[in-house]
Parts: sequence; structure tokens; C-alpha cells
Amino acid sequence: MTVSDAPPIVSTRFGLDDGHTLEGYLATGGYEGLKAALAKAPTEVGDEVKAASLLGRGGAGFPAGTKWGFCPPGVWPRYLVVNGDESEPGTYKDRLLMEKDPHQLIEGALIACYAIGAAQAFLYVRGEMALAQERIAQALNDAYVAGYIGQNILGTDFSVDVVLHWGAGAYIVGEETALIESLEGNRGMPRLKPPFFPAAKGLYLQPTVVNNVETLANLPWIMTNGAAAFTRLGTEKAPGMRLFTVSGHVKNPGVFEVEYGVTTFRDLIYDPVYGGGIRDGNELKAFIPGGGSAPWFLAEHVDMPLDPSIVGPSGSMLGSGAIVVMDSTTDMVKACWRLVRFYARESCGKCTPCREGTSWLEKILARVLAGEGRAADLDLLLDVVDNISPAPFPKAKTEAGDWEAVPFPYKRTTICDLGPSVGSPIVSALLHFRGEFEAYVDRGVPVEVARV
Amino acid sequence: MPRFTAENTILARDIIARYPRPKSALIPLLHLAQEQDGYVVDDAMEHIAELIGVTAAEVLGTCSFYEMFKREPVGEYLLNVCTNIACLLVGGEELLEHLEGTLGIKPGSTTADGKFTIEDVECIAACTEAPCLQVNYRYFYKVTPEAADALIDDLRHGRRAHEVPKHGVLARTRQQIPQATRAGNAVPGLASEPVWLRTAAVASEGGA
Repeated sequence: MTVSDAPPIVSTRFGLDDGHTLEGYLATGGYEGLKAALAKAPTEVGDEVKAASLLGRGGAGFPAGTKWGFCPPGVWPRYLVVNGDESEPGTYKDRLLMEKDPHQLIEGALIACYAIGAAQAFLYVRGEMALAQERIAQALNDAYVAGYIGQNILGTDFSVDVVLHWGAGAYIVGEETALIESLEGNRGMPRLKPPFFPAAKGLYLQPTVVNNVETLANLPWIMTNGAAAFTRLGTEKAPGMRLFTVSGHVKNPGVFEVEYGVTTFRDLIYDPVYGGGIRDGNELKAFIPGGGSAPWFLAEHVDMPLDPSIVGPSGSMLGSGAIVVMDSTTDMVKACWRLVRFYARESCGKCTPCREGTSWLEKILARVLAGEGRAADLDLLLDVVDNISPAPFPKAKTEAGDWEAVPFPYKRTTICDLGPSVGSPIVSALLHFRGEFEAYVDRGVPVEVARV
Repeated sequence: MPRFTAENTILARDIIARYPRPKSALIPLLHLAQEQDGYVVDDAMEHIAELIGVTAAEVLGTCSFYEMFKREPVGEYLLNVCTNIACLLVGGEELLEHLEGTLGIKPGSTTADGKFTIEDVECIAACTEAPCLQVNYRYFYKVTPEAADALIDDLRHGRRAHEVPKHGVLARTRQQIPQATRAGNAVPGLASEPVWLRTAAVASEGGA
């Protein structure tokens, strides 16, 4: 076990009753990071964040400081857009940050605006998160009155408006260009690439930095404690602390902030201070290491550290930090179908391979589950996946199957990653648990042990 | 079929004024329409189109894309039951079936008395509290069949009114941007380099 005693960075106020109020926030060191940032030149703030190697916490894991650097010089105005559209299956951490500590997020957003020269920020909160919207609205109102937002913040020449915006139910809006479309009042459909980064052309085709909630929540601490203190935590390629959501068949599901790159899946799933082990004394059957879009891992992968530079080449991803644990009683065909149905429902319809492919995959799997599957259906599933994501699909190396790892990310025939993501549950379940599919096809019933 | 009330029209104009371009207010205004009438009526979409300077078809085009916007009346209480992976593993589907039995309706439909609508929804970000559901977007965690029945009974008798507002009401606290101290919209084509970047550059040149 490698459970570290490193103090948390972003979750320090989760246990407080008043951590979401301005008084509670100020009483616990709030807005000190902003003051520290304003004492430096904007470029120095950017350099500090770059030196911290803060990896984006939304899913792609791109270094935040580098992303900021993609804004073309001399093009104004620039915008900051906060991605609070958390909806990846298994992920519950940005909502906590928004509900329990909205000022920390606002402070992080202000630091980012100061560094990149953004004159306006938009805080895009998922539509279904009514409490988060209330807490952020109240926090913004209080922060305006207290002089942390608006004209001449804290008596400096830094001025920015932060506008609360909210969605209306669409997973795809978590994709940053779809989020921008949504913020422009349109259907949330991803934009054709290039340009690959909204930092070049984003909101209203102006330079726009889109950062995840947890990413920004780290900034006040980095400003107060310095990049060096941040990189002393975790590993060189995965510095700092990170929130992980552990759900499914563990005794103690929870959201845990742990040292990045050092902590392992075993720690999160089995350690008594985290997941506490598999429920009912059952065996671990498989786990999703990074949200519904990530290829599955097996029991033999639990000792892998939570480090994207290791998990990616091993054939999956840490994605949004969502670990979903499935025990030996899980019906893998059912679990696979449910995830596939998610992508079928959430496909925006812009790219044909995704629009048609995801819905046909769901129909084929529903047929198999209903006991009406055909022997050819299993290969047909893989064939449809191959049309959305051609070439070998990312998968983990396993001893039993004698498979070599195929590194993440996916190849794709679509504009965004939603389409290829549907392949993760299908390829994972079919590779490792094909017998369960065959039982449905041959006998029309699940295998004996496999009941959810 | 109502347009915005006079009061909501003022609020709508206030929301529009927060954005560099009026169309960005489209989704917030659709929420305002749904808050006013319980669902998005056609006349409200026409009114939104007039307010932000687009066609009504564009408003409908956006409205119809997003799951939360209802273009027909729904029950007083919208029950969103999560059956995605984390909830599925610990009884989300059984919870949904139980509620279907209790209320005698299938997902996507409304009880005859107009009280309840059930929806079978995707992950609502409460995975450690599974199985979970939302009532008018307020969370209920680790919901057992017994707890679900008690919740239905409470809702039916108005005992949850303080925590569950009517359908359409999301945040009960609205953002208020003070006119006197706001920085102002950053409008494309009008904005120049932010002053704090210029002064910092001058300061560093002066220091060097």
C-alpha cells in the first residue's frame, strides 16, 4: 500500500458546513491565491502554472499552462470558459467542487483570466446541477460586492466579469468545442478540427481557454504555495493531488483526493481509508479506470499507479478520474449494453459513423440481451466499432488472453471522441468475457454467476 | 399560450446584457420560459427569438437538442432515475422498475393526475451515492424502494415543497451583476489588449 499522508489541495472545505460561503472561504485562506497572483506579472503567473505541470483534470489530461500558451499573440478579446458540464459516467467530483467550494473555483478562474488576459469568463455549469448553480450564483454575487470580480479587482487594473451560464442536458457539451457552440446559443455539436484548440479560435472565433473545474480549483493553492511545492507531490509526469471517484461494488464508495501518480488502483479500491475492498467478500471481476469511455482493466492491473503516462500506453486512460468497480456477480453483457446505450442516446448526430453506429450497436446488444442474438452478432459488434474507430482498439495487456497492449488514444472516423468511446465497453467486454455473450446467444440466458 | 411576463421580459433583457452577443442568452432564456410555464411553449420561443434577434426556427433548433427542455407539459414532479453504470451495479434498474410499479407508468410518461413524470436518465454525477434520482433536479441519494415510496408519498402531500420547487425552476438564486462595478462585455471587434497586460509589460520594460 502506498497511501500517502499528503494534505489535500482542492477538497479541504468538503467537510465544512460553510465552506461555500464567502465568510467561510475567507476564514480558511480564501482569495489569498488571487492576491499572490496579482502581486506578480501575468506572464509570471503563467510561468508558475507551466512550471507546476498542472495536467487538465477534465479527461484529456493536457497541461493547463501549455494550453494557455496557445492563445495567439495580439488577438483580443480573449475569453476563459470553465467546463463544469461533468457528465462522464462514473464521475462525481466537479459537482462537489462547485457545491462545496464555489469561491475556490471562482478564484482559480480569476487567476487564469489575469494570466491569459481574458476580459470575460463564462462559467458553464451542467444544467441538471441546480444546487451547484445556486451556490455559484450566490458566490459570484458576494464576490462582486466584495470587489473580487468586476472593475479594478482589489484596487489593481485587472478587470473581468464572470458570468454564470448553464446547460440543458447534453453529455456532448463536455467536449470543449461543443461547449462553445452551446455557449453561443446553438446545438451542442463539436466543431470540425483544425483548429484543434479553442485557444486559437473559440468563443465567437476569438482565442478562448476552456479549463475544467478541478483544474482551475488547483490554481489558488499553486499561487499561494508555489509550483515547486506542487511538483513535490505526485510524480514528475503526474504532479500534485487529484480527485478520484470510486463507485460500484466497493464497500465504501467515495470521492478521494490522493497523491497523483503515486497512489495505485489497489489503494483506491482496497484500502480501508478509500474504497475498502469489494462488497460481500466477492472477487474483483473488472474495473473502469477513467469513466465510461475508458477501456476496462482486470484484477491483474490493480497495482498500476494512477499516472496517465502509464495508464495510456497500457491501453486505457485515467480520463475523468472515475473508477467503476465490477465484482464477480456482474453481468458483463448487461453492463456493456448499458454503457453503449449511453453513447447511442448522447450522440449529437453530426458524424454518420457515430450517429448510425452507436444506435445500431445498442440495438444489436439489446437483441443479444433479449435472447434473440445471432452467432454473427458478436463479430458484427466489433466490425461496427471498427467503422467508428479503425485500427486496433486500445486495450490492456493481459496474461490470460496473451494480448499486447494497444496504447490509448483511439483512432477515429468522427470529429470528437464520443463515437470511438462506444468501443471501450464493447471491445473490453468481448475480449475478456466473450463466453458471457455466447451464453446469451446460444441459450438466451446469462451465464450462471452473471447476475447484476 | 404565454410570452414572457413583463417582469420576466426585464429579467430576460438583463440576462442578454451579460453576453457579448445576444444569442448566447438563448439557453438561459429557454430555462426562464420553462420556469415561467413549466415547459417551453411556442409563443415563448417566438418571444425569445424577438429578444435576441434570431428566427423562431433557430430557437426551436436549439431547444429541441437539449434533454431538459420539454415542449409538452410534464408532471408537477419530474423523477429522473439514473440507470447508468454506477447505479446499475447497485440497483438503479430495480429502483426504476419499483417506481414504475408504484406510479403505474413507464419512463417518459406522466401519471393521470399530472403529479409525476418518470424518466430513465444518464449519469447525474452522484455515483458514490448510488442508486440515486433527482426530483425536479434536486438529488436523493442511496434510494431504497421503501425510501422511494416514502418520497412519493411526501411529494404527493406537498411535504417536500421547501426543498423541491416546481418543475422548471433551477437555481433559486440568480446571478446579479452590479452595473456600477461590472467590467463590461468583451465584444469581438471592439476590445483591445487588456490594460493589466499593458501595464505589466511597461513595468517589466521599466525595470529592465
